[in-house]
Amino acid sequence: MSDATQQDAPQSNGPVLAADGTPLKQSLARSLRRQKLRALILIAPLLLFVILSFLVPIASMLFRSVENGIVEETLPETVAELASWDATSGELPPEEVYAAFVRDMVVAVDEKTHTRLGSRLNYEETGMSSMFRRSGRAIKKLDPVEDAPFKEKLIDIHDGWGEVKTWATIQTHSGKYTDGYFLNAVDMQRTAEGPEMQPENKRILLTLFGRTLKMSLIITGFCILLSYPVAWLLANLPMRISNLLMILVLLPFWTSLLVRTSAWKVMLQQQGVINDTLVWLGLVADDARLVIINNQIGTIVAMTHILLPFMILPMYSVMQTIQPTYLRAAKSLGATNWTAFWRVYFPQSIPGIGAGSILVFILAIGYYITPEIVGGTKGVFISNRIAYHISSSLNWGLAAALGTILLAVVLILYWAYDKIVGIDNVKLG
Amino acid sequence: MDFNKTAQQKWLKRKQGGLVAKLSNDAAFVEFKRVQKSYDGENLVVKDLNLSMPKGEFLTMLGPSGSGKTTCLMMLAGFETATHGDILLDGQSINNIPPHKRGIGMVFQNYALFPHMTVAENLAFPLEVRKIGKSEREKKVMRALDMVQMGEFGGRRPAQLSGGQQQRIALARALVFEPELVLMDEPLGALDKQLREHMQFEITRLAHELGITTVYVTHDQTEALTMSDRVAVFDDGRIQQLAPPDELYEAPGNSFVAQFIGENNTLEGVVTKISGNHCVVTLDNGEEIDAMPVNVTHAGERTKVSIRPERVEFNKERLHEDAHTLKAEVKEFIYMGDIFRFRLSVAGNDDFIVKTRNAPDAVKLKPGEIINIGWLAEDCRALDA
Ligand SMILES: Nc1ncnc2c1ncn2[C@@H]1O[C@H](COP(=O)(O)OP(=O)(O)OP(=O)(O)O)[C@@H](O)[C@H]1O
Ligand SMILES: [Mg+2]
Repeated sequence: MSDATQQDAPQSNGPVLAADGTPLKQSLARSLRRQKLRALILIAPLLLFVILSFLVPIASMLFRSVENGIVEETLPETVAELASWDATSGELPPEEVYAAFVRDMVVAVDEKTHTRLGSRLNYEETGMSSMFRRSGRAIKKLDPVEDAPFKEKLIDIHDGWGEVKTWATIQTHSGKYTDGYFLNAVDMQRTAEGPEMQPENKRILLTLFGRTLKMSLIITGFCILLSYPVAWLLANLPMRISNLLMILVLLPFWTSLLVRTSAWKVMLQQQGVINDTLVWLGLVADDARLVIINNQIGTIVAMTHILLPFMILPMYSVMQTIQPTYLRAAKSLGATNWTAFWRVYFPQSIPGIGAGSILVFILAIGYYITPEIVGGTKGVFISNRIAYHISSSLNWGLAAALGTILLAVVLILYWAYDKIVGIDNVKLG
Repeated sequence: MDFNKTAQQKWLKRKQGGLVAKLSNDAAFVEFKRVQKSYDGENLVVKDLNLSMPKGEFLTMLGPSGSGKTTCLMMLAGFETATHGDILLDGQSINNIPPHKRGIGMVFQNYALFPHMTVAENLAFPLEVRKIGKSEREKKVMRALDMVQMGEFGGRRPAQLSGGQQQRIALARALVFEPELVLMDEPLGALDKQLREHMQFEITRLAHELGITTVYVTHDQTEALTMSDRVAVFDDGRIQQLAPPDELYEAPGNSFVAQFIGENNTLEGVVTKISGNHCVVTLDNGEEIDAMPVNVTHAGERTKVSIRPERVEFNKERLHEDAHTLKAEVKEFIYMGDIFRFRLSVAGNDDFIVKTRNAPDAVKLKPGEIINIGWLAEDCRALDA
């Protein structure tokens, strides 16, 4: 016994040694490293997949939302010459700028990059796209050395080159990085004088953001109201019946999202099942059929239905852990059924509501297909706008900025939720 | 600790001083009348339960797992309805009174303290639902906490308490609204031995000091014997015997009770002679013993006789001259400090246990020795077969 203690006791001088004489810390680290390595190999395929399919796209999206190399790359000399020009002076840039511009454009037209630049600048100033496209052909015929000076010739080709605004736009957006997309995303724009609101008729995104948040909240609210009793039943009915109920809850998962949404279309149309029934019952006049699709009501109804399981399941898993003895205890202490529920059961089920709400809300603000199909124009979400910019207007920078803002909103809400409720209180299973 | 001792003595005196005797005269406070209960419509979990408890009694339901103890308690508390029969509280049928109106305090096996409330809030809960004013509520909560010596823990959450502390809070919560009847379902099941013994004493002390009628459920027989005024031994949905602890141990009414309570030796045989409260039983191997007839009435009946290990004599001088004795072979000697324990082989039974006190003159038998054992006829009870 005394021998063992002497051996085990750490020597007061120098590090503790392992059996083979290496310092204990080192040999522990070595053995742990091997374990970690093995674990890493096991998860490597998934890790790789997550990095490639999730982290890389997100990073590239974040980057795209501020990336603005195109102006400088296409018009390198013009940008350099413009640097010394003061846009607020109200005067056109000097001849050197025009000369540099022609030199740049000759190269750009040759490489056919000038139209891309045109569309980029068109996001900031309408008309730029066609200006570049139309001027391109004419400028190509000019000789950068012999045909000088260019100021008058360019203005002849297109009036736009004689406007201070045009050059100001090129100058303002010549940086390698830009906050222009983000400003656009919140209905603002960068001008020579600094950021300012866009004209009234072009503002739409803030409204869309507001609507997305508001409707997601409403949908989450409805989901809570509808799911709570169902989850309660699931957790409290006898096994046999609750299993059946569970299958009914999960059934929608096994049907295509598209099919479910289209089914709502059939239900909610003016000539649809609900309206027909109401008319048949005499509750609604035939010529005053309810408009419950292609507007916000349609989106709310369909999305509430589709997101219900995401609320029910976390609620159920929390409720399942609340023992019925708590309710019995409350009643034995003199509480009525309602008091026992409200003071004892409900507080313990809040983590489930929290978890379900986060899930549903986050899914809802990014929802796309359902609002697209049943939302009409009044019921679409910000994601529909993102999709539009990605596939139709090809303004990927703006789409990326919108996506980034959406991501930020989710993260902020998540953070706020953690501060208020505590993420530890959330139970997903 | 001193306080505990004197209180315990006082209580013991009270208990012996006739509380038990007096009880039986009082009008019944809790009464089960021919109560039956079935959960599935096929099996009766409780069969024909009749029980009557006077006010202030501490009654324990003791029985093996699944014998219907919890079911009885739940029917009394109102969480299960009796399939048949009446349950009376203070003379009134409570079959149709919902649980929250019964005013019965209850301690659950897993305590059921509300995890989202502090200890003080837990205790205030029954007072709040009774619309008791804030200042009075606080006073009562404080008093209840002090009663279980948990005064400083009011601000804690149940999860921050040890098992024993939670147990005490559960007890305080069941008592804080001053119910006349308290039900406890294996409240000490999760505690270690020492704490359990301490809490057993605390619970009985409180129950008697406050004059509360208590129904206590356990399957620990020591607990039942030490705590109760009377014990109801449950088996198979029936009360097998309802008696004070000493009677239960010394005069078990049937062989189930004899087996279930304490250590017991059983020998099987046939009654051959019976006269008054003495009978002779011929064991299956032909040997004869003396016994007291309890559940046998005439010769020729099969019987199981029961003898407590400490009532077996192997010192011939202490027995009657004409007493029957049995040959026994010592199989094993177990030294247990305060007592000696011998395992003998008697009349074909290899698990016959004998205990003697470790006194200066105690005989230490060695394995292999052949001895004669016997007993007083009244210590050997001839029960049902
Ligand atoms: N809710 C229920 N549904 C169906 N059967 C039940 C129910 N509760 C109890 N039982 C059955 O009733 C019988 C008695 O159960 P009970 O809980 O009263 O036993 P107990 O004496 O308290 O046992 P233990 O000492 O293990 O707690 C058991 O056979 C049990 O299976
Ligand atoms: Mg039980």
